[in-house]
Amino acid sequence: MSEPTSPLAGAKYEGFAGVVAMGLQGMISLRGDLGAEALGKAVKAVTGVDVPAPRRIAMKGETGAAWMSPDELLLLVPYADVATALERLHEMLAGTHFLAVDVSDARAMFSVDGQGVREIVAKLMPVDMRRQAFGEGDFRRTRMAQIPAALWMPQPDRVQIICFRSVAEYAFNLLKGAAAPGGEVGHLS
Amino acid sequence: MLILTCPCCGVTAEETEFHAGGEAHLKRFGPGSSEDEFHDYLFARENPKGVHFERWRHANGCGKWFLAARDTVTLEVYGTYPAQTHEPPQDIKDRISARHPGWTWREFA
Amino acid sequence: MSTRLATGGRLIDRATTMEFTLNGKRLQGRAGDTLASALLANDQLMVGRSFKYHRPRGIVASGAEEPNALFNMGEGARFEPNQRATTTELFDGLTCRSQNHWPSLEFDVGAINSRLARFLPAGFYYKMFIHPRPFWKHVYEPFIRQSAGLGQAPKDRDADSYEHFHAFTDVLVIGGGVAGLQAARAAGAAGATVLLIEQTAHWGGRAPVDGGTVDGQPVDKFVDETLAALREMPNVTLRNRLMGAGVYDHGYVLGYERVNDHQPGAPGPRHRLWRIRAGQVITATGAIERPLSFAGNDIPGVMLASAIRDYAVDYGVSVGDRTVVVTNNDDAYRTAITLKTLGLEVPVILDARATGGGALADEARSLGIRVEAGKGIAKVRGGRRVTGVAICSQAGEGAVLEEIACDAVAMSGGWSPVVHLWSHCGGKLLWDEAHAMFRPDVDKAPTGANGEAFVIAAGAANGALHLRDTLADAQAAGHAAAARLGHEVKESAPPLGEAAPEVRLQPIWMMPQGAKTVLRMKSWLDFQNDVKVSDVQLAAREGFESVEHAKRYTTLGMATDQGKLSNINGLAILSDALNQPIPQTGTTTFRPPYTPISMAAIAGEARGETFQPIRKTVLHEWHEANGAYFEPVGAWRRPYTFRKGDETIEEAVAREITRTRESLGLLDASTLGKIIVKGPDAGRFLDMLYTNMMSTLKPGRCRYGLMCSENGFLIDDGVVARLDDETFLCHTTTGGAESIHGHMEDWLQCEWWDWQVYTANVTEQYAQIAVVGPKARALLQKLTGDDISAEALSFMGWKDITLDGVPVRAYRISFSGELSYEIAIPASYGRAIWDKLLSEGAAFNATPYGTEALHVMRAEKGLIMIGDETDGTVIPQDLNMEWAISKKKEDYLGKRAQARSHMADPERWKLVGLETLDGAVLPDGAYAVAQGRNANGQRKVQGRVTSSYHSPTLGRGIAMGLVHKGPERMGEVLEFPRVDGTVMKAKIVDQVFYDKDGEKQNV
Repeated sequence: MSEPTSPLAGAKYEGFAGVVAMGLQGMISLRGDLGAEALGKAVKAVTGVDVPAPRRIAMKGETGAAWMSPDELLLLVPYADVATALERLHEMLAGTHFLAVDVSDARAMFSVDGQGVREIVAKLMPVDMRRQAFGEGDFRRTRMAQIPAALWMPQPDRVQIICFRSVAEYAFNLLKGAAAPGGEVGHLS
Repeated sequence: MLILTCPCCGVTAEETEFHAGGEAHLKRFGPGSSEDEFHDYLFARENPKGVHFERWRHANGCGKWFLAARDTVTLEVYGTYPAQTHEPPQDIKDRISARHPGWTWREFA
Repeated sequence: MSTRLATGGRLIDRATTMEFTLNGKRLQGRAGDTLASALLANDQLMVGRSFKYHRPRGIVASGAEEPNALFNMGEGARFEPNQRATTTELFDGLTCRSQNHWPSLEFDVGAINSRLARFLPAGFYYKMFIHPRPFWKHVYEPFIRQSAGLGQAPKDRDADSYEHFHAFTDVLVIGGGVAGLQAARAAGAAGATVLLIEQTAHWGGRAPVDGGTVDGQPVDKFVDETLAALREMPNVTLRNRLMGAGVYDHGYVLGYERVNDHQPGAPGPRHRLWRIRAGQVITATGAIERPLSFAGNDIPGVMLASAIRDYAVDYGVSVGDRTVVVTNNDDAYRTAITLKTLGLEVPVILDARATGGGALADEARSLGIRVEAGKGIAKVRGGRRVTGVAICSQAGEGAVLEEIACDAVAMSGGWSPVVHLWSHCGGKLLWDEAHAMFRPDVDKAPTGANGEAFVIAAGAANGALHLRDTLADAQAAGHAAAARLGHEVKESAPPLGEAAPEVRLQPIWMMPQGAKTVLRMKSWLDFQNDVKVSDVQLAAREGFESVEHAKRYTTLGMATDQGKLSNINGLAILSDALNQPIPQTGTTTFRPPYTPISMAAIAGEARGETFQPIRKTVLHEWHEANGAYFEPVGAWRRPYTFRKGDETIEEAVAREITRTRESLGLLDASTLGKIIVKGPDAGRFLDMLYTNMMSTLKPGRCRYGLMCSENGFLIDDGVVARLDDETFLCHTTTGGAESIHGHMEDWLQCEWWDWQVYTANVTEQYAQIAVVGPKARALLQKLTGDDISAEALSFMGWKDITLDGVPVRAYRISFSGELSYEIAIPASYGRAIWDKLLSEGAAFNATPYGTEALHVMRAEKGLIMIGDETDGTVIPQDLNMEWAISKKKEDYLGKRAQARSHMADPERWKLVGLETLDGAVLPDGAYAVAQGRNANGQRKVQGRVTSSYHSPTLGRGIAMGLVHKGPERMGEVLEFPRVDGTVMKAKIVDQVFYDKDGEKQNV
């Protein structure tokens, strides 16, 4: 039987922060009425978290949900659990107007770790990365140089970034360049 | 470079996150419409020096379309509002009136 | 001669020597020097030749306004031309070469132009080279190109890296002089977040050089204390070597940080472009001294009075032993006093004002300096350096009263506030008669997103030139910025600046006032572009009355210094020539950047492998390793063909087609767009989007559909599969995936927002592999236990199956005319399945094929391609695709447009097949000519080729084209003239060249 491979197969880079191409991550794009009780229950059942507020992400262990738009969430579950989660969603949301699709294989995910992660983001994305403007639990969709991307900070000094799989190499090279030694700006801490 | 606030996700961001989509509040004419109606729907656009209403999409963001009331001379943004409406909200019209008493744009004033 | 003084130099470290070379000559400077101060310390007065006349030129200024001291800097991969010596920090090992001379700086052949100056007036090139017309291209332009240009173009790839940085702040203060420091402190104390940026490596600007006291202490001390206080404030950030380059809409400011210019090769980027968003911008950018216009004011050794003072105080460098000061204001007396105090000679101060100066003049006299009121310079003596001046009455025509020997001239024509950044985004200016300068009109500031002012000029940049006024104005600016952002401001007294009082300057635009032509022809306005007083006057006489026209005609202010020294003097001369007040003439437009910034900084990370995103499928690595010759398709790179051994590209394509038609081919079709459309109204929505009826499609089945824009033109095509009652999967073209998804969302969000439909772009979720050819089913059957027989999965059907243990979806669709399955595989499994298909397919001679084989096979089959048969002006009816247009539907996007008279015109060009009489391949895009000529005398045309290939299957050229009434003209022969003058003939035939009845794909 054929085995899956993850984007860039776990490539790593150590600069003034560390960049890692993360392994396969289960992701489900869920569109629907985010205020509906049924949807809230289904999200909770699959991820263990409540529907997050706008521009926020809620995580519980390996699962969670990120707010993508007024009618869309990105659900995070282990890669192996996607089919079960989708089944569960379809059961629990049957009869309502919704769309749930597997997008796990369409994306690449990176983590950037270290003191200067906020500066690395600020080099590539037009986002206010000052502490008072962006912190843990915030979720932001934007552009990273020339590609769409989304980011959040699971903990201080750590950023996770999602982009499309086809541009994983470009994204990794961007992060590498931004994290190159000597590139510390000394402006955001 | 402009900054706009997306009324759909609440993010205030620079222009590079957005994609401009031309004039707002167009009424669609389809089969059965007259030549003139259809011609105007396809081609006739406002080109004002001053108050203008535009479509924008938060392309590198939540992906939603929204509308913006903007001044083409001063680049002041009077406000942004969801696309699911046939006319600009009153508070935005009031803000425009404060700057441009007696303004009109197509059927709006 | 210019030399290093025994003492002094507040910015240099005398203990640290730095070696550098000029034109290969080894020289020494001190740590803290600029290249300019180090050159002067080595008596290198002459630094280059002027652009047009090749006159010897020396350093004029001490900062960003310097017009002359431009160098080819560095070597090899770190070579860059036109680097300004006054803003280049000296480092050990610096190498530079002077510019615009041949064979050497000292002896320059081009200097002959100076002798011909009489014949090279303003507009010379325009007048001289217009006749005869053909001469421009073949004679004049090559010659001018040879002799023009400053500096050399770099030849090697840049060794450094560059980056952008997005920064956000409440208040941005541009300029780290005393005004900027005080403004930052005031705004910071009120609670605003403040970013203070300074272009040089030092804080305090020029105030410490000018003297005076703040709260009774020396200015240096005030600077140190304020810096210390600012560094203690958590809400204030200071960055130096960071220039405010431009102010743009909505509080956007570009900052140019020269991170490593002073330490080349150090880790990190060379330049960083700061993309700053500020709530309020304070421009504390200071002021620039103006030269005076007298004959010989460009001879090396003639410098701005402030610059001579700067070099003495900041770097311990004297420009000359005997310096004549010539001025129209009190400030220049400070230079005389400074030099005298340092033990240098000042033979005379020439004050053009008949009434002379004030307190500073008295101080100068008390030091024993001769002061002459109402006098000026008739002419500077010297060639490669100043040897003396001829004195005249300012009121006269230049009769020489006295000759004075000297080796330097310090000139001052008054000060101009640096209003560039105020003006970039629309800030207006006022003419200040008392100081003869433009300053910001505070009532007409640039406005931001909320319609309110967002720029405040502070200190000298606001016209507050006296230290007392500078500090008070800066404090007020800091407070105003904070208050506008909603911070509560506690008013407090500003620090008290004290300096000698100054009496009013007198505008002196020409020296002497009645200078004769011979003098005016040697009175320079723009040193870099060689524009003289006489040129501007000529422009005015010839009718270039608008300041913008005069600028372009004379090139005044168009050099790399953008006229920082010349603009005000030039427009004053123009006003005088036009006999109108200066405000009526106005200024030219101030445009960013303030000084040139590197192209690489603008590009930032977008170079090399991150120049642009290249999209790669999960099979890309395999393609690369197996001889793929790639072609760009949108941002994707797709294999055009896979070459084996020493095959040509044509041979490889032919092999791929033949093997596929004979047995089995494999295609990476992953780039095709895939969009899920789901909801109770999904069918109704797709009926509006496609010209066909999609709502009647049965689950399990596929249908080919066409999409048009609202103006009727074909924009995309693809196969739609109905997954269940509420769910469709729409395939789009490779280039259309994002745009068609956007198109769908546009209509759903903005027009039919009450329809219940959700979409999702799942293009990249799947690797899509087309398994094509007579053996396609046999191969799949080896990898699945599911029933994929002709009955279980018929043509235009789809089925979820398991392939080598992986759940996939098989669409039985064909773009080649063969038995064909497109397999959608979760992308993470794509490579594994591809490998499996290849290894299991070896028995069938499975052959990966590229986009060219795909194109040829679809053309053999007469299938259209968006972008080949369509170009944004083609409607489905042109392609004889009425069969794909539903007659039953009341409406779809494009339906109304297709009823417009021109669209329904029977005269339109329509699609046909084209078969050359000799079997050759028609050139793609070739036109078929008709009888007669059009209004422009060109042959009329009656059609054009849209696709043309060599068909290995048929062994001949095949083509499709749009031809006037084509389908009604079967069998007619058309003529296609080629570029070489020969004519190709092709017969109009049916567009389907291969298996018209579909017997191959329906097995």
